[in-house]
Amino acid sequence: MGKKLRRSLLFLLPLLIIFFLSGCSNTQEKNIYQADKKTKTITWGIKSDTRLFGLMNIKTGQSEGFDIDMAKALTKKIYGKNAKVKFVTTTITTKIPLLKNGNIDAVIAAMTITPERKEYVDFSTPYFNAGQSLLVKKGSSITSIKDLNKKNITVLAVKGSTAVANIEKYAPKAKVLEYDDYGQAFTALKSGQGDAMTTDNGILYGIAKENKGYAVVGGTFTNEPYGIAVNKGQKQLLHAINKALAELKEDGTYARLANKWFGDVAGFNLKEAEGQ
Amino acid sequence: MITLFMNNWQTYLTGFWNTILCSVLALIFSLVIGSAFAIMEILPNKVLRIIAHIYIEIFRNIPLLVIAMFFYIVIPQYVMKMDGFTAGTIGLTLYTSSFIAETVRAGIQAVDSGQMEGARANGLTYWQAMRYIVLPQAYKLVIPPLGNQFINLVKNSSVLAFLAGFDLMYQGQSVASTTFQTFSAYIIVGIFYLIITLPLSYYMRYLEKKMV
Amino acid sequence: MALLEQAYSFVNMRFLFEGLAVTLEVSVISIIFSFIFGLIFGVIRYIEVPYFSAVVGFIIDIIRNLPLLLIIFFTYFAIPELGIRMTPMSASIVALVVFESMMLAEVVRSGIQAVDSGQMEGARANGLTYFQAMRYIILPQALTKMIPPLVSQFISLIKDTSLATIIVLPELLYHAQIVYSQNTTYMLPMYVMIALMYFVVCYILSLAARYLERRLG
Repeated sequence: MGKKLRRSLLFLLPLLIIFFLSGCSNTQEKNIYQADKKTKTITWGIKSDTRLFGLMNIKTGQSEGFDIDMAKALTKKIYGKNAKVKFVTTTITTKIPLLKNGNIDAVIAAMTITPERKEYVDFSTPYFNAGQSLLVKKGSSITSIKDLNKKNITVLAVKGSTAVANIEKYAPKAKVLEYDDYGQAFTALKSGQGDAMTTDNGILYGIAKENKGYAVVGGTFTNEPYGIAVNKGQKQLLHAINKALAELKEDGTYARLANKWFGDVAGFNLKEAEGQ
Repeated sequence: MITLFMNNWQTYLTGFWNTILCSVLALIFSLVIGSAFAIMEILPNKVLRIIAHIYIEIFRNIPLLVIAMFFYIVIPQYVMKMDGFTAGTIGLTLYTSSFIAETVRAGIQAVDSGQMEGARANGLTYWQAMRYIVLPQAYKLVIPPLGNQFINLVKNSSVLAFLAGFDLMYQGQSVASTTFQTFSAYIIVGIFYLIITLPLSYYMRYLEKKMV
Repeated sequence: MALLEQAYSFVNMRFLFEGLAVTLEVSVISIIFSFIFGLIFGVIRYIEVPYFSAVVGFIIDIIRNLPLLLIIFFTYFAIPELGIRMTPMSASIVALVVFESMMLAEVVRSGIQAVDSGQMEGARANGLTYFQAMRYIILPQALTKMIPPLVSQFISLIKDTSLATIIVLPELLYHAQIVYSQNTTYMLPMYVMIALMYFVVCYILSLAARYLERRLG
């Protein structure tokens, strides 16, 4: 009897440890802006699977894209010419937890500002205006979001993205399969696991540009303003990012970078994206 | 955490059910395939033995995730469409069957070889002796290691999360990424896995002790 | 054939080998640490210190019975809460060591149990202390017996590194995914190549184990 009781008490112990660990969360209130000032380094959460925004270059092993260039430019604006950047590749399921637990300072990863996310993180002013669209195989019968609202249609998206919620809203009958990153979702489309892939137009145009058999259809059916996310309470860092963002727009760096990445993408409205 | 579960209990239970379903299906198929290869490995026929050996070594030495992804990503392009659940279950079956084959083979070889000779001397054919004398004893011997394989199978079924297979892990990730309550969402996932695996693992240890 | 030449181009292969290098680096470091911790925890379980062993045993059981994928997530999300920054690399190593050392603890415990208990008594009767007997008599024998299960656990560990793609550890599978997500006609060639790479590494290890077993046994 005593042994049994002891056993069951022991059962609780690991649970207590887990609760303790989870209870620790959000206890650090350190000022990231001041901490980073000493090392002149900002650690950015980025994407490595998203063409035009953040995609790993196989030759160099480094990620390249609009978000990456923006992160470098912002860091230099905030901490001066010889400031350094560190990049941590995140996925949609890891970026907010990593921001909350202090592993990264800020996220610049084609991330839409939404009311739900705003409850957990703070966003900068929008730096890019995207809109959700559809990617299909050329010659597909799907031409707009209306064609998706059928029972036997499967839509591919990325986990926890705004795209999933939007599809549930605009095409509730369609089945949605979710993946960890855009590379996996597009691979699934190519393997015939679904009829259309959905996410923001900028990302889809990037994929269509490199894959001739696929096209972006139906225009945009939502507004997806991208923001840079920081942890709640990091007011000073957020302020610095907003100030730097405004300066980049002012001195023409922003327009130059936008043009570098999106200037030659057919069908993409750059003016709309820049919000001008 | 309790409210999180109450708000998402359907999501979790769907995942729990799919995890169990996929594990049980994979267990049944891999038992059949694994036993077949185990027998092939001990047959006097050299060709069959080599085939079985190659099969076992291939699936033992390649990560489950690679096998499952292969069925999910590559096979639909060339052969036939299959969803994440199916691809994951096939991957799990092939992967686990190679381990089960090794376990069963060890079990058969542990049965005293005198048993086979005795049965043959009593007029049974090789197959009859195998079927009625050797295999039943071997299975008794291998129940604890098979149980452990099943526990591994349940844990490994979490690769379905990569394949949109709607298992426990996938559903937990969904909850985590829509509610942002990362820790609680994953702790609930962990508790569900333990509900299956922990009692099983204690039962297997009890069986092992009883046998010794 | 042209497809294969493009898929296995110098640049792509170099990228895959970089991934393989990360896989091996993470594996080797994790194997070393999980062997050390597995040995310690296995012995603690075997010698049955009152309460302490029971607690350790229960923690081992909890961790052993969870999917590694979950532990990887937890490590990456939980440890930075303590103020330590984790890279995907360090998080993967910690998660693998935590998980695999618990698996190894079980192997070690049953390995020691398999050594005849008369050995211990004999050693003690000859004037060795308990720990001397453990160190010089029991463990060496147990380790020899443990080689096959130990090595298969190590092979599992190498294969399990592929799960860390979920937190974007730039290992072999992730690198292959990067290559084929940029040109999806490479899917089949990439999977064949990485399957071959994993196979070669794991198979060599299992051959080495068999050789070692024969030499010692």
